[in-house]
Amino acid sequence: MSINATLIGQMITFALLVWFTMKYIWPPLFQSLEERKKKIAEGLAAAERGQHEMELAEKKALGVLRNAKEQSADIVTMAQKRANEIVEESKTVAKQEGDRLLNAAKAQIDQELQQAKEGLRKEVSSLAIKAAEQILSAEIDEGKHQEIVSKISNQLG
Amino acid sequence: MATEAHAAEGATGYIIHHLTPLSVGEGFWTLHLDTLFFSAALGGLFIWFFKRAADKATAGVPGLVQNFVEMLIEFVDTQVKDSFHGKSELICPLALTIFCWVFLWNFMDLFPVDILPAIGSMMGITYLRVVPSTDLNATFAMSISVFCLIIFYSIKVKGPWGFAKELMFQPFGPWLLPFNLLLKVVEEIAKPISLALRLFGNLYAGELIFILIALLPWFIQPVLSFPWAIFHILIITLQAFIFMVLTIVYLSMAHEDH
Repeated sequence: MSINATLIGQMITFALLVWFTMKYIWPPLFQSLEERKKKIAEGLAAAERGQHEMELAEKKALGVLRNAKEQSADIVTMAQKRANEIVEESKTVAKQEGDRLLNAAKAQIDQELQQAKEGLRKEVSSLAIKAAEQILSAEIDEGKHQEIVSKISNQLG
Repeated sequence: MATEAHAAEGATGYIIHHLTPLSVGEGFWTLHLDTLFFSAALGGLFIWFFKRAADKATAGVPGLVQNFVEMLIEFVDTQVKDSFHGKSELICPLALTIFCWVFLWNFMDLFPVDILPAIGSMMGITYLRVVPSTDLNATFAMSISVFCLIIFYSIKVKGPWGFAKELMFQPFGPWLLPFNLLLKVVEEIAKPISLALRLFGNLYAGELIFILIALLPWFIQPVLSFPWAIFHILIITLQAFIFMVLTIVYLSMAHEDH
């Protein structure tokens, strides 16, 4: 069991192996490990961020939903109010229209009454004149009494 | 020791045969071809496997191979971060290489003790010791390399004078300078020696026990070698881990300025 030149050969082999490992084996493997570590860390961070964002979005969605509900309730109330108003308005309008029609009818009736009265007056006056003519034809000169007749006729109106 | 073993027969011969490396050359310039071959081949396996994963590495969903490799990378990185607080491009790859390479060396221990030498002898190779960590040269090569790095970083971080001061004036102050120096030098030298001998001793003993079990009658062998192999799965991983962690600790000590 002697120490001999094998020692030198072994040392050379060892040096070569260490050199090769240092140059070509350790760096790429270690780098890939580091890269993966970073990737995983990034992935975890992203997942956490995503979760956080989801929570925020959920909160936001809830807020939006609540707002929408409130708004819809408002809209319904407003619509009801508006409907009531419309009904009231139409009631007023209808009443006014009715009044107007009523008034118009009354006016027409008045007018017609007036016309009838006029006609009647004329007829009555002419009848009276005729009667008077016939009564007076014998004794009264038409020309002389014309003035009196028309005065009476005016009084009849 | 190999030369006497040729003649020996029986159990002793069998054991010695299994623990004798395939060597060429004389004296110091002997080369253990099996150690060199297997450790280089295992290093190649390690490099090939990890390079394949590194080429395909993505930050996306990892495949099976990438997952496994990344598990090791994370494991080593955690160990380094736990005890090493400086910044170094070298220490992580170094630790990874040590862990995987030593583990693969030790893993050769789990092959049945006779299978690879038998294949070897078919190809005309008389001796074959398949576990590189049962060769002191392999373990010392690694620990001496680590030792050189310790010295290098000590000087680089603390400066030559700072390192010298640490050797001379600690732990007992300037009045006990020679004693301090002795203590510190022993401490430093002990690091590579303990690293190398711990690994070598564990694996050598483990292999020896496998060989001893292989000498028993065939019907007893599974009863013993199975639990020992399972225990060894723990040992080989543990030894690789210890080597790696101690390297990290020593280097972090080298980086710390007192």
